[in-house]
Amino acid sequence: MNIINIEHIAKVYQVGSEEVFALRDVSLRIDKNEYVAIMGPSGSGKSTLMNILGCLDTPTSGKYDFNNVSVSDMNDNQLAAIRNKEIGFVFQTFNLLARSDALHNVELPLIYAGISYSERRERAEQTLVEVGLKDRMHHKPNELSGGQRQRVAVARALVTKPSIILADEPTGNLDSKTGEEIMGLFTEIHDKGNTIILVTHEEYIAEHAARIIRLRDGLIEKDEKVLSRQFPKVKAAGI
Amino acid sequence: MRTLLFEIKESMLIALRAIRANKVRSSLTMLGIIIGITAVVVMSTAIKGIDNSFQSGISALGTDVLYIDKWQWFTNEDWWKIRARRNITMEDFEEFRELAKLPAAVAPVISSRQIVKYGDRRVESVWLNGSNSDYVKTTNFTFSLGRFYSEIESKSSRQVAVIGSEISKSLFPLGDALDKTIKIGGVNYLVVGVLAEQGSFILGPWNPDNQVFIPIGTVFKNFLGQSWNTITVNVRAQNPSLLEETKIEAEGVMRKIRGLTISEENDFSINQQEGLVDNYNSVVGVIQIAGLFITGLSLFVGAIGIMNIMFVSVKERTKEIGIRKAIGAKRRTILGQFLLESSTICLMGGLVGLLLAILASMMINQFIPTSVQYSAVVIAILVSLITGIVAGLAPAYTAAKMDPVEALRYE
Ligand SMILES: Nc1ncnc2c1ncn2[C@@H]1O[C@H](COP(=O)(O)OP(=O)(O)O)[C@@H](O)[C@H]1O
Ligand SMILES: [Mg+2]
Repeated sequence: MNIINIEHIAKVYQVGSEEVFALRDVSLRIDKNEYVAIMGPSGSGKSTLMNILGCLDTPTSGKYDFNNVSVSDMNDNQLAAIRNKEIGFVFQTFNLLARSDALHNVELPLIYAGISYSERRERAEQTLVEVGLKDRMHHKPNELSGGQRQRVAVARALVTKPSIILADEPTGNLDSKTGEEIMGLFTEIHDKGNTIILVTHEEYIAEHAARIIRLRDGLIEKDEKVLSRQFPKVKAAGI
Repeated sequence: MRTLLFEIKESMLIALRAIRANKVRSSLTMLGIIIGITAVVVMSTAIKGIDNSFQSGISALGTDVLYIDKWQWFTNEDWWKIRARRNITMEDFEEFRELAKLPAAVAPVISSRQIVKYGDRRVESVWLNGSNSDYVKTTNFTFSLGRFYSEIESKSSRQVAVIGSEISKSLFPLGDALDKTIKIGGVNYLVVGVLAEQGSFILGPWNPDNQVFIPIGTVFKNFLGQSWNTITVNVRAQNPSLLEETKIEAEGVMRKIRGLTISEENDFSINQQEGLVDNYNSVVGVIQIAGLFITGLSLFVGAIGIMNIMFVSVKERTKEIGIRKAIGAKRRTILGQFLLESSTICLMGGLVGLLLAILASMMINQFIPTSVQYSAVVIAILVSLITGIVAGLAPAYTAAKMDPVEALRYE
């Protein structure tokens, strides 16, 4: 059973009189509980693809089925609901609300999901504990290290129990040790049965995944299984 | 319905968070509304106070009194035409008193501005009213000390005076005016009576509290030559319902005294309080419209300021909007968040403005008895809420329709 099924997706930007092809023709299926890395040089269309998969952006042409439902026909509210309930997005630059503490940041998707105060508090706290931030719940982002911020972001992505976690270069702003810790967290999350797609341009990061898709100039160059899969050397949650 | 309430409640909390997080900006934004609301409420309170004072003051003049005069109080007629009228003389008055049957009381009045002194104390440009002892019957005067001058004192033009309460306060702070000798225009007068407080400041020179009353003969003797001055005849009807009939009779009697033929116009005017009320209403109407316009303008400027700051706020928080959208905020949720933010800011500003206005009204109350009207409170709250919604609409809409990818890329 596949969660994501895209066929002949293209994304074209009109820059002045010129057409820029961010994605030319991409078809892809991703099954439940897969762990996929998307690799490729800068400008190859990785982020564009992730944004389309995450329903943040719409393709210029092509078909997109999410959980066997066509996303292409959805209106803005339905897309917002998919982003809220079915997708957990983790960004390179964390994208936390600067003035809110960790707990509120994690709680936010549950607010938009219409979940009552006591339930969402409980779930947000529990998820923060899972990512190893038991003692940092009331810290604001600027009181946290880069790795801790990314853990908050991961907790925010996980808290709604989405069908899929999308991470666009989640270790891009972290040093290699912290990056390795975050990768450990992703492996743990995957082991609990979650589906993960992660963008990176580092080979050793990509090798944590079970499948690597290589993009070049808006086309899939290679789509292969990882034979020598890496497992994290650092204990994930650091508890 | 339940989810709508939930969304409103959550948007409210988010808006409150945002306001708290941007205290300085929020309070600067509020300033516009604070000023606007304070201005509107203080304005309406002041007008209300002036109105109250006028209404209580005007009743001191009596609703049943006619003033037969060479001059017309409020007129569009050419001034030179009125100026050319013959004076109304003491002889006219005597004849009028003989012929008019309806009035309850009739009194001749002539006025002059004088300096009034007692020892070192003095009051400048006091209206000095000369009349006869019937004058008091054309008024509703009450006395705090003594009495009005008598018929004998009036007829024999004695040097006696009745003084208004304000004059008494100025010259006799201890309240011991009775039987003292004051100087008016260098001549000594015996104070035989002090009026209790009558009118209100709003009447200015018409306020009896600022006047002095002496026999009319004494005025002619000491200040004005009788021959070239016109007098006013105060005519009091037996009751307000007889005022119209009394006026008709007075007009006929005066025409007869003045020897006017049917084709000739009146060469005198019969004034009454009503004219004063009409004139007051038109003046206050203008003040109200001007006040409303000015305060409305300051509210409008405040609203523009809020719109501006909300636009800046939306721009600044582009990334935040992107984040919220990425994790599932709908357009209407973002719209609601910013609308609630601006209306909450305005509402808070309105409440602060109201508080300031209440304090200001307490201060105004020292001069004009007044208080903030209940309706003004309701209107102020509604107006600030509506201002917030209107001013927040365009910025909130801009925020709601942002593209999440572009918003997230914004630095
Ligand atoms: N908003 C945009 N307008 C124009 N061109 C864009 C826009 N977004 C992306 N692109 C172009 O699309 C291509 C792919 O971009 P992106 O998906 O961000 O690449 P990657 O994430 O792999 O580095 C790049 O050539 C980029 O310049
Ligand atoms: Mg990218």
